Amino acid sequence: MKPVMTRLMQFAVAPTIAIALLLSMGATSPNVRYHRIGHELMCVCGCNEILAECNHDSCPDSPVELAELKADLAKGMTDHQIFAAFQAEYGATVLAAPMLTRFNMVAWIVPPLLLVLGIVGVMGLVRKWRLRAAAVPAAANVEHFDHLRSRIRKETEL
Amino acid sequence: MPTFGTYALLLALVLSAYNLLAGAVALRQIATRKRGRLSPERLAETARRAGIACFVAVTCGAFALVWAAFTNDFSVAYILHHSNRALPAPYKFAALWSGQEGSLLLWSWLLAGYGLVVRLRHKVDVKLSAYASTILAGIQVFFLLLVNFAAPPFALVQGAVPHDGFGLNPLLQYPEMVIHPPMLYLGYVGLSAPFAFALGALMMRYPGEKWIHITRRWTMVGWLFLTCGIFLGAHWAYQVLGWGGYWGWDPVENASLMPWLAATAFLHSVMMQEKRGMMKKWNVWLIFSAFLLALLGDMLTRTGLVSSVHAFAQSSIGNWFWPFLVICVAVCLFTYFLNRDHLKADHKLEALVSRESSFLFNNVVLMAACFTVLWGTLFPVLSEYVQGNKVTVSAPFYDRVAVPIGVFLLFLTGVGPLLAWRSTSMRSIRKNLVAPTVAAVLTGIVVIAIGVHPWSIFTSTPGTFYAWMTFMLAAFVTTAIGSEFFRGARVIQKQTGKNLFASVVRLTRRNTRRYGGYLVHFGVVVIFIGLAGSAFNQSVEKELDFHQSMNIGPYRLECLDYSEDTNPNYDTEYALLNVYRDGKFVTQLDPAKRFYQASQQASTIVAERSTPEWDLYVVYAGKDPQTGQPIIRAHLNPLVMWIWVGVLIVIWGTLIALVPSMQPGSANEAAKSLGKRELVTAGKAES
Repeated sequence: MKPVMTRLMQFAVAPTIAIALLLSMGATSPNVRYHRIGHELMCVCGCNEILAECNHDSCPDSPVELAELKADLAKGMTDHQIFAAFQAEYGATVLAAPMLTRFNMVAWIVPPLLLVLGIVGVMGLVRKWRLRAAAVPAAANVEHFDHLRSRIRKETEL
Repeated sequence: MPTFGTYALLLALVLSAYNLLAGAVALRQIATRKRGRLSPERLAETARRAGIACFVAVTCGAFALVWAAFTNDFSVAYILHHSNRALPAPYKFAALWSGQEGSLLLWSWLLAGYGLVVRLRHKVDVKLSAYASTILAGIQVFFLLLVNFAAPPFALVQGAVPHDGFGLNPLLQYPEMVIHPPMLYLGYVGLSAPFAFALGALMMRYPGEKWIHITRRWTMVGWLFLTCGIFLGAHWAYQVLGWGGYWGWDPVENASLMPWLAATAFLHSVMMQEKRGMMKKWNVWLIFSAFLLALLGDMLTRTGLVSSVHAFAQSSIGNWFWPFLVICVAVCLFTYFLNRDHLKADHKLEALVSRESSFLFNNVVLMAACFTVLWGTLFPVLSEYVQGNKVTVSAPFYDRVAVPIGVFLLFLTGVGPLLAWRSTSMRSIRKNLVAPTVAAVLTGIVVIAIGVHPWSIFTSTPGTFYAWMTFMLAAFVTTAIGSEFFRGARVIQKQTGKNLFASVVRLTRRNTRRYGGYLVHFGVVVIFIGLAGSAFNQSVEKELDFHQSMNIGPYRLECLDYSEDTNPNYDTEYALLNVYRDGKFVTQLDPAKRFYQASQQASTIVAERSTPEWDLYVVYAGKDPQTGQPIIRAHLNPLVMWIWVGVLIVIWGTLIALVPSMQPGSANEAAKSLGKRELVTAGKAES
């Protein structure tokens, strides 16, 4: 089992390093930022749509918000400053996802944490069961073999 | 007719209450071996017949409401608010589910329909069916209480009856709206049947594994309808809402995804119970969860607990739903703790690298995805409770949290089938994984070569990176599935001497469940490819005068004309556009905006040119008030067609998996091959 695990770990580590390298590259253009931040904000008219996607007739709010966003970008504000300005003006619901602050961080942490705990839990469970199975000697008799044969048939059906 | 409908629903309530009480008493007597004046078997039979009669009564109620819609009976408040005289006939039919009261009636009717099938097929397993029938009657009583007292569909208008109705919501006046809600409801309600069978089996401490086969089949039926419903909804959103997308992570969309994920997890882990007698407790809870999440989803849709674009059915009906949900959870917990010793596993897991553990990981990931959706949906409520202010949890949250989980799931879809039951050796892993890994790496390189740059993860949204990963994993999974078919078909080919295609068909027929399942996986891969395309969406908006044009991707859109039109139901503004690709004319599109007179609401009519490469999706965004010229918004959405094709493959695979397998050497197959041999011999003789 150990070599299998080591190789699996290698399979996991290599892509992680590759991803880390990819993350260290790149730069941002204003148009791309306008598009990206427009998708991180909500239209506040009550339509519950993403700002950059709000399309209903004569929306009173989305053109105003988009103009503000353009102006903020022209002023050279950072993403964080733009989000803070929108939040101050329209409230926390204008952000399409919670910011990484205090309690809101819980929103981001809990699902991946649960996934990791689940995967670790399954690995632990398998290990525990495996050890327990190894401790119990197998009884060999005719009835056992008949049972085994039918099980093999069931489990290996094409 | 309203009076007839009201009494029909009242009668249905009485019948389902009798079904519940008499069924419960009979089952109690059978369990304790006590006999009353009437034998428990006869009492159970009267309960079953009451359940069948209940279906007839609810059908009468539903018919009465549809009749009221078709005859423009605006004395019924529901019809007044959801129909009008000029409404086309198919949409009058759709009025049944376009509002709170009608959709609850539809739910009750479908539940009664599922109950009817269970009760008519009771000879499959009389005792288990009696338990399931009684549990279904309990759920039926709740929904009939709602339509009789909380949201009666036949409530009459107070005062003078208006001459015309307020009309149907324009967003619902689209052909798919006649199919999408019933499909979704068939899925939601369909999960009641496996829940009833699983709970019943646990209550009666069902000996043997037959109940799990019955439950699995019912789950597949519900899952299939839910799949159809979800994707019809996505297609409707794409065609009607006009924002260029198909999934907005709206709470109501999420509500349909949660039970689907739980049911998907069940359909995988149930194999471990059938094959190796494992995961019994987990399976029971998965099916309980799928049903409870369907109820929760229904409640979220109707109560307005979380903000949603699906606001057409909000009311204070949550006061009824919460207690019912609590009762259902309590019943599940009580039954489980009372009988959990009956769910002891026959075997334990023996190796980390095995088919069993891949199912376990698959279940963990699916349930993590389900929890993420639930968490994101309910976090605004939690935030308001803890911080005192609501926050929005929309697409950016799910893009960062749920999408990576989805990509991981795609990876497991490819790996799982390559692992053997019990334990897999390193040699076997190497042998099975080489081809898929090579295919994935080559695809990754080709995709980079054609211009998809995963390193743009920090220059824009992470979508490009996930798309690149998805394309690679799609190649990985497709090769894995292909090699499974190829290996099996080669064996059959050697046995029968038939060509490879015929061998694949025979292989699939021999184990419909396994190979139907692989087809479903392939369909999921195709859907994922389509979803990955959204990372490269483009859009342009421009005001166009006659013969002016706009460019998007390789297309040029030239405005030929713009005008207005009217009919009794709505007024239309539209533009006529000639579409050129690389200078050559390809098609003409006419995006429009409709203004419905009865409801005084507008709706978008999207015009699109769909190809496997991309969709040119054109929206008439309105008129410039100063110039009177149309504003056209064009989207170029790559690979969207793959999503709809993928869904068709999923449906096809599920239908194959639902068909019983043909056993090798069975009388049927032997007769057929004998027949063919005789034909061949005859043919040879003739020649």
